[in-house]
Amino acid sequence: MSVAATTARDMTRVVSTGRSKDRGVGSLVFLGALWFSLFFGVMVLLVLIIDVAIAGSPRFDSALLTEYGSIVSPETTGFRAGILGSLWLMLFTALLAVPLGIAAALYLEEFADGERWWNRMIEVNLQNLAAVPAIVYGLLAVAVISLMGFNRTGIVLGGAVALALLILPVIIITTREAVRAVPQDIRQGSLALGATVWQTTWRQTLPSAIPGIATGTILGLSRAIGEAAPLIVVGLAGSVRFDPTGLFSEITALPMQIYSLTSQSREELQTAASAAIIVLLIMILGLNALAIFIRNKFQKTW
Amino acid sequence: MSTHPATASTRPASEDSREISMTGIGSESEREIPDIPPNPVMEALKLNVFYGDFHAVHDVNLSFGKNEITALIGPSGCGKSTVLRCLNRMNDLVSGARVEGEVTYHGQNIYARNVDPIAVRTQVGMVFQKPNPFPKSIYDNIAYGPRVTGMKVENMDDLVEEALRAAALWEEVKDKLKQSAYGLSGGQQQRLCIARTIATKPDVILMDEPCSALDPIATSRIEDLMVGLRDDYTIIIVTHNMQQAARVSDRTAFFTARPDETTGNRTGLLVEFDRTSNIFANPNDKRTEDYISGRFG
Repeated sequence: MSVAATTARDMTRVVSTGRSKDRGVGSLVFLGALWFSLFFGVMVLLVLIIDVAIAGSPRFDSALLTEYGSIVSPETTGFRAGILGSLWLMLFTALLAVPLGIAAALYLEEFADGERWWNRMIEVNLQNLAAVPAIVYGLLAVAVISLMGFNRTGIVLGGAVALALLILPVIIITTREAVRAVPQDIRQGSLALGATVWQTTWRQTLPSAIPGIATGTILGLSRAIGEAAPLIVVGLAGSVRFDPTGLFSEITALPMQIYSLTSQSREELQTAASAAIIVLLIMILGLNALAIFIRNKFQKTW
Repeated sequence: MSTHPATASTRPASEDSREISMTGIGSESEREIPDIPPNPVMEALKLNVFYGDFHAVHDVNLSFGKNEITALIGPSGCGKSTVLRCLNRMNDLVSGARVEGEVTYHGQNIYARNVDPIAVRTQVGMVFQKPNPFPKSIYDNIAYGPRVTGMKVENMDDLVEEALRAAALWEEVKDKLKQSAYGLSGGQQQRLCIARTIATKPDVILMDEPCSALDPIATSRIEDLMVGLRDDYTIIIVTHNMQQAARVSDRTAFFTARPDETTGNRTGLLVEFDRTSNIFANPNDKRTEDYISGRFG
């Protein structure tokens, strides 16, 4: 039937069929499968968190945050050393990883000639580094620390080196994306005024990319704060009974303390471990919330 | 067309733009344009540009006279923007770009080994197709160029005012110099970009389709501005708009693209370079005539 021969009434019948093909059996089954997948993922997470929260609920008290770990009085054991240790680790991890990561990313984006084989090799390896198991970075950190001449294990520096190596690829990759999102127009405008590439990078590209860099860095740190494996290799203790005082003081970290308590048989210690998991989750969610806040607050529209 | 500079004084305009269109009117109709560009500031001599294996521009010879506006016109892909970007070595930034032949600035080949492209760009400024103000205040946009080039500036406030006045933007922004340049309209942003270029006190200003992202009123203000700036600068403009070339330019270069017989790649070449009045009224080449009269392109 040609279009020209179709009368208005025929056309009406074609479009007003009384049903929608978007509501056919195939579409509905597919939609159902999508819903189930979403539901499954969210439910597993919710059940896990609720289960841990219930298990840890008897210990939501101030002693959990202010007391050192104790096996002698398990009902008041606390995670003061672990929380402080994790915070110190985060500080020094950031100090090590952020400048290195940003500098590396700026080199790759703004200065490196992507046609050269060595730059391409660096790029491929960077992708691979992001997929290296965390424990390998722990081994590397041990090697670095011993090469630097330290014979004590379990110190802030060792942990920070391991975690910095771990999140360096994350920071480099997110910084590159943030830098790439700065429009080429801005760079060209700056260069056309007689600015050097270095001035353009330092005064235009980097300031415009800072919100993106900050977001990536914080997400990297929130990954690092939950890691236990590299810290075990570096030799962090499961429990210490003093506050960290410097770069070379022995510390523990929250995931380390949780790990060592979950292998204890006493029920009070298991409860305390569950409560500590909630504390760790709150710290991670706090960091993620900060990242989202920064991203939304300073988001640029070009 | 109502955007002709000569009619500009009849429509409401701020102090600045009236001043500028006054200078535009007299020169527009009575301006004597010699046969060849006087005291050429820049010249292209057998200029060839390649992107990798792709031959983008073939044997272009042009000279740009002092205090003249030269328009480069032609269909898309004819290499006119490429030629423009060669004049301040912005093509250096395109990886794989290679330039043969010479581009001279006051007789000095700017592609010579001992020439610093950054120094070239301080003398030959550029305004882009899309307004590209920096994400900074209006003041800092203007002050950026003098700051990065290490210009000796006695009073930055005066320099900023001078540049904004020259770009006919001062009256509109004098009360909000500390506000973000992103709050300005498209036309104002483009005038800000022109002011930013003027602030570094260049000799030549290149404009790459400066009005293609603007509405007709903003376009007419930029055109008035170009005519006003001609007394102090040498201006080279790439445009898709033939009326614009006819309205503002003293000389016009018409480019076309010639497809390669084997690869089909289009190489740009210069067809005709003459006084604008001749190009539009009395072209020598059939291809120019066809393009001007709208038969192709």
